[in-house]
Amino acid sequence: MKDKKHPQMPVCQENYRNTHFTKEEYEALENMFKDLTKDNIQTKAGKLDRSQFRDVLHATFKMTDDMILDRVFRAFDEDSDSYINLSEWIHGLSIFLRGDLTERAKFCFDVYDLNGDSFISREEMFHLLKYSLMKQPTEEDPEEGTKELVEILLKKMDYDHDGRLNLTDYETAVKDDDLLIEAFGACLPEPQTAKTFLEYAFTVPKVRSRYH
Amino acid sequence: MGQTLNRAAQWTSVSDGGEGKLEFTPANEAILNDIIKFVENFPNKHPKEARIVFKNPLVWKTSLEPSAFTGEYDHSDDAVKSKDKDGSDTPLLTLQKLGELNFKLHVSSLVFLAEVMKVAGEKKMLEARSILEANRDPVVNILGDGFATVDGEDNSTIRLLEQSSKEEGDSKDETQTKLTLLLIIQQFDMQLMNQTLKKITQDVRLTPQQANQEVKLLLSFSGEDKSNALESIQFTSDYEFDNGCRAPPWRQIHGDICYLMIKPHDGDQLSVTANTAGVYLNKGFEKEGAELNYEREGEVHKDLVSLLSSKSRHFQEVITSKEFQLYEEKKEDGDLYEEEFEEEDVGDKAVIEKKETKEQKQDKNTKKQTRRTKKKEETGKQMQPTLNWKTEELNKTNEKKEAKENKKHSRQASERKTKTPAFEEDMSDSSSESEEEEESTDRRQEQNSDLPSEYWQIQKLVKYLKGGNQTATVIALCAMRDFNLAQETCQLAIRDVGGLEVLINLLETDEIKCKIGALRILKEISHNTQIRRAIADLGGLQTMVDILKSPNKDLKCLAAETIAHVAKFRRARRTVRQHRGIRKLVALLDCAPLGSIPMTQDVEKDIEVARCGALALWSCSKSTKNKLAIRKAGGIPLLARLLKSHHEDMLIPVVGTLQECASEHSYRLAIRTEGMIEDLVKNLNSENQELQMHCASAIFKCAQEKETRDLVRMYGGLDPMVALLNSSENKELLAAATGAIWKCAMSPENVTRFQELKAIELLVALLNDQPEEVLVNVVGALGECAAQEPTNRMSIRKAGGIPPLVNLLTGTNQSLLVNVTKAVGACATEPDNMGIIDRLDGVRLLWSLLKNQNPEVQASAAWAICPCIENAKDAGEMVRSFVGGLELIVSLLKSEDKEVLSSVCAAIAKIAKDEENLAVITDHGVVPMLAKLATTTDDKLRRHLADAIARCCMWGNNRVAFGNHGAVAPLVKYLKSPDVDVHRATAEALFQLSRDPNNCITMHESGVVAPLVEMVGSNDPDLQEAAAGCIGNIRRLALANEKARSK
Repeated sequence: MKDKKHPQMPVCQENYRNTHFTKEEYEALENMFKDLTKDNIQTKAGKLDRSQFRDVLHATFKMTDDMILDRVFRAFDEDSDSYINLSEWIHGLSIFLRGDLTERAKFCFDVYDLNGDSFISREEMFHLLKYSLMKQPTEEDPEEGTKELVEILLKKMDYDHDGRLNLTDYETAVKDDDLLIEAFGACLPEPQTAKTFLEYAFTVPKVRSRYH
Repeated sequence: MGQTLNRAAQWTSVSDGGEGKLEFTPANEAILNDIIKFVENFPNKHPKEARIVFKNPLVWKTSLEPSAFTGEYDHSDDAVKSKDKDGSDTPLLTLQKLGELNFKLHVSSLVFLAEVMKVAGEKKMLEARSILEANRDPVVNILGDGFATVDGEDNSTIRLLEQSSKEEGDSKDETQTKLTLLLIIQQFDMQLMNQTLKKITQDVRLTPQQANQEVKLLLSFSGEDKSNALESIQFTSDYEFDNGCRAPPWRQIHGDICYLMIKPHDGDQLSVTANTAGVYLNKGFEKEGAELNYEREGEVHKDLVSLLSSKSRHFQEVITSKEFQLYEEKKEDGDLYEEEFEEEDVGDKAVIEKKETKEQKQDKNTKKQTRRTKKKEETGKQMQPTLNWKTEELNKTNEKKEAKENKKHSRQASERKTKTPAFEEDMSDSSSESEEEEESTDRRQEQNSDLPSEYWQIQKLVKYLKGGNQTATVIALCAMRDFNLAQETCQLAIRDVGGLEVLINLLETDEIKCKIGALRILKEISHNTQIRRAIADLGGLQTMVDILKSPNKDLKCLAAETIAHVAKFRRARRTVRQHRGIRKLVALLDCAPLGSIPMTQDVEKDIEVARCGALALWSCSKSTKNKLAIRKAGGIPLLARLLKSHHEDMLIPVVGTLQECASEHSYRLAIRTEGMIEDLVKNLNSENQELQMHCASAIFKCAQEKETRDLVRMYGGLDPMVALLNSSENKELLAAATGAIWKCAMSPENVTRFQELKAIELLVALLNDQPEEVLVNVVGALGECAAQEPTNRMSIRKAGGIPPLVNLLTGTNQSLLVNVTKAVGACATEPDNMGIIDRLDGVRLLWSLLKNQNPEVQASAAWAICPCIENAKDAGEMVRSFVGGLELIVSLLKSEDKEVLSSVCAAIAKIAKDEENLAVITDHGVVPMLAKLATTTDDKLRRHLADAIARCCMWGNNRVAFGNHGAVAPLVKYLKSPDVDVHRATAEALFQLSRDPNNCITMHESGVVAPLVEMVGSNDPDLQEAAAGCIGNIRRLALANEKARSK
């Protein structure tokens, strides 16, 4: 194929087997990626930048929380170059849409680990849960509730009792109770939305690559 | 105080690994008060002993704050320490900070303990309670492990004494002080124990026996007549447990014995609970057919009489005036039969009645007095209660008694009346009412009592549920699941803080996670009956039924399982049906074939969904209308498919549903035609007893049909059934297995197989010590076996089955009596057996069952009497010996029940073989009564009636009498019946009747000759002969007539 020549286009025609997609789905998503990036030029060629990616999340997955959107972008961006290339796109979506419990737990963990130090600390939790409770005007300390939630989660998930969560803690807790997968805020699509997204990918008109 | 704390104090159960708590009861309060006083005064009374340093300090979480401790204390940031120290330099009192407002107190001497009490001031009680809760046996802390409170002999004191005598100097001194302390504490313990004991003994304790006796007593005093104290009194449930209680087991835990519906003459019906703590009004049935509301209303009385006296003036008046008569009658209860059959006294009755009314006008008090004295005389003579008739003459009683006899008749009648409603239960449910989940008392947390810590924690979580976004909601839901949701405190706490509303609201959102989380909690807490009700009240069932359509399989599973839990009472089942839940649940059953390969996760999930659906259907299938709905929704083939499963988890709900539904004919047919019998039989061999039980009861219900019985045999189902007879531990299983055997034994081929399997011997062995549910089936099975195969009758005798069977004739359970009479009747066809039955006075017992108010029992007893009379030696003499027995059986000809009439006719035909007895029943007016029945169209009755008529013709001018009462013309019509047996009996009767010329004329006019001539050509010699004889008589009359005319 012509794409093979392009340095930014890794060879991924064959490795749909490494994803949770069928060949057709794989191709549709690849095509969608091309469609999204068709107008990008120069340095951005063949890559999605932050705002483009956020638009996708926003439009199709109805995600609005800026902080989460940003973190999801980072979770997709495996090489941390602030762009998402085709391989990252496919791999990320594979987990995002179809991932098994462990993969999704890892994904969520990455999203919630705001500073990327492989731990979710109390502070990060507090930050993530800050707006999850309605403010009660009667409450003396409006942050009391959030603090309490953080304590509840630590009690439930902090298996090694070090006051913060590592990936093992997180995975163990999720295996114990799958409802805790998005413990600190929604960052995965609903099954129905995921389905719609894939269906949408098939409707994107075939894009002829212009990289050559 | 060790023993008192161990035994007298009421602790909450020590569940979930925590420590038990002292219950908030007056008894505990008194104990605590005494202990506080003891501790406070201790340093003053025994200064030396008070200074002993504890082996281990008493440690507990306190509500006291550091600021409260002033004086000899060192205050630091997070602790308060006393300046006094023990030998190893540890302060005798330490207050440690655990968290905010959370302190731990260590105290190691009684001086400081008293100090703490002083400091605590008003919180004394709280402190003392937490000390004891944290240290169940304080003596251990004070003196060491060697002094732990033990049951039985305690020689720690002696040991200490020995130790002190051995030791020298200082240490001796110390040990002696210790000894004194121990003695003081033990003395105090004794004192406490005595006090609590006194209190406990004051409490009213009602036993089931007392309650039942009192009801029986009052029953004898109820009736529509105003002279009775009550209009009616009855139990809400007919089923009596082994322990005498009638309340369902989950209410027995609360001490309930039984529930009564009492209708006084002046006022509304009262719904009463008899509890071990006393008798009180409950809230009754909200509406017809609804569940009882167990909540107490009004105060607790010590017995029914005092309760009713306070509620009904009429009752009070009557009961005070009749107090003694009432008592007396009860004692004579057993003599009832004797009196009723006493004919000699009848004549005097009218005279005595007059006397009685005169007497009634007398002053009440004098009357009572005279009665009292008379009563004393009487009871001396008559206190021999027995259910049987006494052949010997009754001792002549004084006038009083006969007067009462009259009353007793009316009372008996009223008794019958009041009892019947119990049988008119709403038959729409296949399971008995006692199985139903009924309303239990609403035990809201009392405002004043201490709420458990879970309560506050749950309240907080519910707050987050209400005021959080999806994330916070899910966290709160997960956290809530960490509580022990099986515990009632938690279940009720969720309800009381308004959690149920929120959880049910969550089900209506679009958030799948929230729905799953909420359903998981609802599923757990809906094990509680009160919660079920609350869920139904809040409209939770509708929402859950809607969820059944969801594409998410987890949700479907959870919703179905929760419905399975909630739909345990009638209203909930109706709600499910009315919201088309049945159809949706049936749809859940439609999963991929069970054995499908490959077994992917998806398929597994589908099967799980089907299992949950079956669970829910099982709960729902207890209502008749739901059974219909399941069938209409096409549930039967789906159930049949699931029945092929190999998983017990799946099979139990499926078979459970089928078993429940098999009460309907349509299901029985379907179970047979869809080939389910094979699977049911297969699962009889399962390892799981519950599954076996459901299979057996499904077969029990289905085997009413012959084809099904044959199928069961074909698939080899009889062997496992008989094998199940050995599982004597599991009574439910035993009842189901014996039931299946009973029904299967209706086919002779099955009986042969049972014989080969030696089932008779096993069944006979089960006649002893079994609950009634099992006995009914065992006896039923024996009856069937004996009726069909003569050798079985012998087997029963050889296995020693006849005495227990005859013994069972004295029972009260109606269905048991029907079966027992059948079995005894079947056995009696064998002369050898009859000898044993006769010796055990079985015929007398059978005869007394004719007085049972249940027509089924009457009929079955009468049928059983027939072979007895036939096979007994000296049958005529035996029958005559039952005083009033013949009158009784003739009077049963007034019955409305066809079966009773047939059976009684059959019995009369046998009785009439004895001439003397025939004379007696003729005197009792048997002829007009039989004649009246002649117009019947029921072939069975016709046959036995004709038989009876034929026999009764043998006495005096009965032939003429039959003619006069118009019995002849209708008899002729019997010849048109298709039944040959009817023909034979009728021909015989006509032959006998034709000896009277007038009858011949009537017959001739009715056109008897043509059919008779035809019958002469019959193959049956008896019929031939009778028909020919009859024609002969008619012809002779005609000839004589002609001759007379020609002269």
